[in-house]
Amino acid sequence: MSLSVDAGSRTRTVPPGPRRHARPPGGRRFWSWLDLRATPYFFVSPYFILFAIFGIFPLIFTAWVSLHDWQLAGDKTFIGLENYTELLADDKFWNSVLNTVGIFVIATVPQLLLALLLANALNKKLRGRLVLRLSVLAPLITSVVAVAVVFTQLYGRDYGIVNWVLGWFGVDPIHWQNQKWSSWIAIATMVDWRWTGYNAIIYLAAMQTIPKDLYEAAAIDGASPRRQFWGITVPLLKPTIIFTVIVSTIGGFTLFAEPVMFGAGLMTGGTTGQFQTVAMFIVKEGFRDFQYGYAAAAAWILFLLIMITALINFAIVRGIGRSR
Amino acid sequence: MMNNTRRGVLAAVAAGALAFTAAACGGDEAPAAAPSAGGSAAPAEKIELTLNTFGGGENFAYDDAVAQWNAANPNVQVKYVNLTDRFEDTYLPQVLQWLEAGSGAGDIIGMDEGAMGLMAARPQYFADLGQYGLDSRKADFPAYKWDTGVNTEGKLFALGTDIGGMAMCYRTDLFEKAGLPTNRDEVSKLWPTWNDYLEVGKKFKAKVPDAGFVDGANTVYESVLAQEAGKNGGQIYFDKGQQLIVDKNPGVKAAFDYVQQLSTAGLTAKLRSWSEEWNTAMQKGGFATMGCPSWMLGVISGTSGEGNAKKWDVAAVPGGSGNWGGSWLMVPSQSKHPKEAAEVLNFLTGKEGQVAAFKEGGNFPSSIPAQQDPAVAEAKNAYFNDAPSGPIFAASVAQLSPVFFGEKHAQVKAAVGEVLVGADQGSVKWDEAWTRFVEEGVKAAG
Repeated sequence: MSLSVDAGSRTRTVPPGPRRHARPPGGRRFWSWLDLRATPYFFVSPYFILFAIFGIFPLIFTAWVSLHDWQLAGDKTFIGLENYTELLADDKFWNSVLNTVGIFVIATVPQLLLALLLANALNKKLRGRLVLRLSVLAPLITSVVAVAVVFTQLYGRDYGIVNWVLGWFGVDPIHWQNQKWSSWIAIATMVDWRWTGYNAIIYLAAMQTIPKDLYEAAAIDGASPRRQFWGITVPLLKPTIIFTVIVSTIGGFTLFAEPVMFGAGLMTGGTTGQFQTVAMFIVKEGFRDFQYGYAAAAAWILFLLIMITALINFAIVRGIGRSR
Repeated sequence: MMNNTRRGVLAAVAAGALAFTAAACGGDEAPAAAPSAGGSAAPAEKIELTLNTFGGGENFAYDDAVAQWNAANPNVQVKYVNLTDRFEDTYLPQVLQWLEAGSGAGDIIGMDEGAMGLMAARPQYFADLGQYGLDSRKADFPAYKWDTGVNTEGKLFALGTDIGGMAMCYRTDLFEKAGLPTNRDEVSKLWPTWNDYLEVGKKFKAKVPDAGFVDGANTVYESVLAQEAGKNGGQIYFDKGQQLIVDKNPGVKAAFDYVQQLSTAGLTAKLRSWSEEWNTAMQKGGFATMGCPSWMLGVISGTSGEGNAKKWDVAAVPGGSGNWGGSWLMVPSQSKHPKEAAEVLNFLTGKEGQVAAFKEGGNFPSSIPAQQDPAVAEAKNAYFNDAPSGPIFAASVAQLSPVFFGEKHAQVKAAVGEVLVGADQGSVKWDEAWTRFVEEGVKAAG
C-alpha cells in the first residue's frame, strides 16, 4: 500500500514537458526508480528471507526426506510414499494422535471457558485490579520445564500432594503416569495453569474495546449481567475467540515439554505410550531411533492434522452466537 | 539408554560427591616427565588436535591429562572441547551428522556405551587403531571393554575410558530394621547368587513391609542380563550377523523371568530410575538396595544428601559381576592427523590418563593397570561408610564376559526396558508382558 502512495507522489512531483532537458542522467533515474519501487520490498525482506531459510526450506526439505528410508549416517534410499503408508498403519502413531487430541480437548475447552469467565471478572471494577490482572499472567513467565517439574511432583505416586489430599477421602494412591485418563488430566492441568491467564488477558483486552453504551442500553432494557455476557460480550469477542482457538490448536498439537517432563524426560510417554504426543513420537523416531525419513513423514502428517483441526475449530467457533 | 544420558547429566553430581581419598593422594602432582605415549617421532611442525567429549560436570575429566600431554608434546597440542552434557539427544545426532558430512568431528571423540553397537556397524567412519599399534593394549582391558571396541570388520576402532562396573548399594538403617547384617562383608555373603538375593528380599519384606527391597526393574534386569549373556555366547538382542534374537536368547528370557519373580513377590518399590519418585524414595528410604555402578555412588550421595550420609553402604553384586555404563574414545577417519590422534588416544586411555581422570572426576578406570594404581585401588568412599569402592568395582568387571552390541542395541534395550517398567508398575499385565516385550523389541529393531 505504501508503495502505491509513493508512486503517486512521484508522478505529481516530476515536472512535465518544458523542463525535460533538466532531468537527471539515465543511471540516476534508474536508481531513483529503484529507490521508490524496491525500497519497500527491501525493508520487508528480512522477514521473508529468514522465513525462506528457516521456514520454507525446512518444510520442503522435510518433504524430500520423508520420501526416503533416511537413516542418519546410514543408508538413504528413495522409497516414495512408503513412509506414509507405513505410518498410517502404525498403531503407535495413531496412539500418539489420540493422546494429542485427547489432551488438547480436555485442556483447551475448560481453559478457554475459564479464561473467558476470568476476563469478564477482571473487567469489573475491583479493588487492586492491576495486581489481579498482572497475577493471572504470572504463570506465563515461569519456565515451562519448571512448571512441569513441580506438577510432576504434585502428581507423584508415593509422595505427591494430590494423592495425599485424595487419601483424606479414602482414595487409593493413583499412579498418574500409568493410565491414559490420569496422565491426560495431569498434563492438561499443567497446560491450563500456564495458558489460562494468557488467554484471559487477550480476552480482557478485547472486552475493553466493546462500547459501554451497548451494555447501558441492554441494562435499560432489563438484560441481566449474565444475559449481557452471552448476548453482547461473547458475540463481539468472536474474532478474538477464533484467534485463541487457533493458537491453542497449534499449541495443543505440538505439545511436547509437559508430557516429556511428566514421563521422566523420555520420549516414550509412559510405559505403553499412555501420553506420548505426536511431537514426542517425531523426536523419538528421528533423534532416538535415527529414522529421519519416518519422522519427517510424521511431521508432515502433523502439519496436515493441525491445518484440518484448525479449520474445523474455526468453523465451530464461527457458529458461536449465531443461534442466539 | 536413558540411563546413559542421565549418567552424563549427573556426572556433575557424581564428580562433586565422590568423596574418594583422591584429595589425600593429591591431585596436583602432575609428572614432569613425558608420558609414555608410544614413542613416536614428533611431527616437524606444530599441529593441533581436537578432543570432543560429552557429559555434565567433570564429564571425561581430562583437564589434567590433557595438560600433561600438552606439556610433554609441544608439537601435538590437544584442544579439549566438551560439547554438551546431553549424549543421546544432542551429542550423538551431532556426531552422526559430522561423520556423514565427512568433516566437523574432532580428531578424537568420546562415545557412550549406548551407541557403541551403532558405531561398530559403521567401520567406514573410523580409523583402524591396530594400524597404529594399539592392538598391543589388549592385556590392559577387561575382555568386555576390549571387545566392544572391535567393529564388525574385526578391526580395533575404540579403546575404553571409564567403566561402570556393578556393586549393590544398600541402606544400613533399613537392613538393621529387618534384622539383617549391616556389615558390608556379611551382606555380600548373604547373596552369592541372584536366588539368594531374592530370598533375602523376602525376609526383608516380611519385616519391613512399607519399603521396597529394590528400587525397580531395570538395574537388576541389566545386571542379570550381562551375566546371562556371557553364558550364552556374549549375545544379547542381536547375534553377530545383526539378526534380532530377543525371543531366542535364553539369557534374555532368564533375566526377564528373574525380574518377574522379584516384582510378583512384591519386592520392588515399582520405581522408574531417574524419576522424581525415585529421587524422593532415595532420600526417604523408600527402598533398601539398588544396583550400583561406580558412578551411581555419586548419584546416590548427591540425591540423598548429607542427611543420609553413612546410611548407605556398598556390597558385592550377586553373581559377582556386572556393568552399567562407560565410554570409549575413537578416531574418526576424517581426521587429518590420525596417527597423532591415535597416540593421544593411547595416552588418555592408558594408565596415566585414566588415573588422572579418576583423580579429577572420580571416573572409574577400565584399564587394569590403572585400577591397580594405589590412587584407585585404595580409594574409599566416605559417604558410604568408607566403603573400599576401588576393589569392589575392579572385582565386578574382572570376570565380566564380553558381549556383542548390535547396531540397534540401544533402541531395542530402551523399548524392552519400558515393558519391564510397565509390568512392574502395573500398566502391562505380567502374563502378557513377554509377548509384548518381544513385540516391542521387534518393532524397535525396525
